[in-house]
Amino acid sequence: MGTVILLTLTGLGLAALYFLVASGLSLVFGLADVLNFAHGLFLGVGAYATWWAAQNLPGAGPDGLGFVLAVLFGVAAGTLVAVLVELVLIRPLYSRTIEQVLVTVGLSLAGVALLQATWGADARPFPRPEWTRQVTSVLGASVPNGGLLLIVAAVAVLGALLAFLRWTRYGLVIRAGVENREMVTALGIDVRKAFTLVFAIGGAAAALAGALGGVYFGTVSPGQGGSLLIFAFIVVVIGGMGSVVGSAYAAVVVGLLQQFVNYYGVSGLGDICVVGLLAVVLLLRPQGLAGKVAHA
Amino acid sequence: MSEPVLSVENLSVRIAGLHILQGVSFTVAPTGVTVLLGRNGVGKTTTLRAIVGLTPRNGEVRGTIRMGAQSLLARPTHRLVRGGLGYVPEDRCVFAGLTVAENLRLAERRGSTPAYDKVYALFPELDRRGRQRAGSLSGGQQQMLAIGRVLLNDNRLLLVDEPTKGLAPKVVTEVAEVLQRVAESVPVLLVEQNLAVVRRLADDAVVLAAGQVAWTGDAKELLLETGLTKSLLGVGSGGGHETAPTAARKDGS
Repeated sequence: MGTVILLTLTGLGLAALYFLVASGLSLVFGLADVLNFAHGLFLGVGAYATWWAAQNLPGAGPDGLGFVLAVLFGVAAGTLVAVLVELVLIRPLYSRTIEQVLVTVGLSLAGVALLQATWGADARPFPRPEWTRQVTSVLGASVPNGGLLLIVAAVAVLGALLAFLRWTRYGLVIRAGVENREMVTALGIDVRKAFTLVFAIGGAAAALAGALGGVYFGTVSPGQGGSLLIFAFIVVVIGGMGSVVGSAYAAVVVGLLQQFVNYYGVSGLGDICVVGLLAVVLLLRPQGLAGKVAHA
Repeated sequence: MSEPVLSVENLSVRIAGLHILQGVSFTVAPTGVTVLLGRNGVGKTTTLRAIVGLTPRNGEVRGTIRMGAQSLLARPTHRLVRGGLGYVPEDRCVFAGLTVAENLRLAERRGSTPAYDKVYALFPELDRRGRQRAGSLSGGQQQMLAIGRVLLNDNRLLLVDEPTKGLAPKVVTEVAEVLQRVAESVPVLLVEQNLAVVRRLADDAVVLAAGQVAWTGDAKELLLETGLTKSLLGVGSGGGHETAPTAARKDGS
């Protein structure tokens, strides 16, 4: 029983990480039709900026409020990079899919190379609060606090995103834009501002995933964003493009499936099962669990 | 004669290699309803979409479109709409996942007071169904929502594309009544296939054929000339709810 609870909670921790990356990716694709292969870069920037801030930023550190400040710095850095990428590189390329793919793939490769050139290719120990290294006993299972932190953060982000989509003017514009972008424009709304906003939201969530992923894994490395991005893409497709709630459901399914199959089967089999699940969803329900609707 | 609210000169639109409009010129009077007629595929919807700046990115637009002294070409759609060009597209295009109230709220603009009183006076049902998802409305109710959304703001000209398409006869009459009332305060450029509706609403008519203007003039005069409607639209104009038939060509509108 303890093992099942442990696997469930660590699976949910993994799901939380996937959700943080996938939610922004899904909104960007749903609204702007941009398949952003550079999304992993925002995660890398968030992780490295948090790591850097914890050691160098006055007031920041690996513990207490200092760590909160370091994470906020990381999230701000990821958001800023996402906004710049949208304004400078993506905006001139809307409706030019092939060029977008080339630019974002190139940017992700260049980003990883830049992180490697600056801080080296090896994984570095991530400064993290002492309590995140400890475990909490849940119904007999010793669950790492880092994973629980990720779950709490992902639930908070999900709640904030749903409230934003449901209650704000821009949330309304995004939900409408995911359905029919052209008609939003035909109502006199400059939809490009919403594009920049979803990039900022996606960048912030991915950067938070980078910072808390550093806490969860205990290290930070240049390629971390890329490997998580693959599973985030799978989550987006299974959940339905543009659906935050769909991404949440899909992240839970993928995280739990991976964790349980890897434990009870052969290590690595969980990843193959996830790809198998993707194939099944594409065959039976190509629009994903929730379809192309930005649910509030 | 008063200045037209809209003038289109030598408008040509090419989309994906197809030359859909080939030098179209016409004007829209500052009052009443000007109807754009023609068989399916002649470029009526393409004309409206070119005016409101919604030609696809793989399309090319040439010519001149002016609203008053202002040139409309090359201006982004949201600016044209904010400048007073209201657009009700073919097939309604309401946001199915949003409620009726949210669909209307989306059309509100900063700095102007939305005319909910006017919209709810024209369409009381929209007020009653505020919390209902727009996707679950009937075709007629969706059309009312699409028109109501545009009427929340002041407009200098309304472009309305086939508002009665696919609607039951009773609803067609309701929509025509509403457009008649709307046209008392704002000029309308209407694309319509239902000649009974055209007869009721239209003051002026512009007939397109093969991507060019084939006839312009008084709408009543056009509809009285059975030979003319037969040769231009492929139907007689004796009355009833006759519609212009579908031509073989599918591009354009």
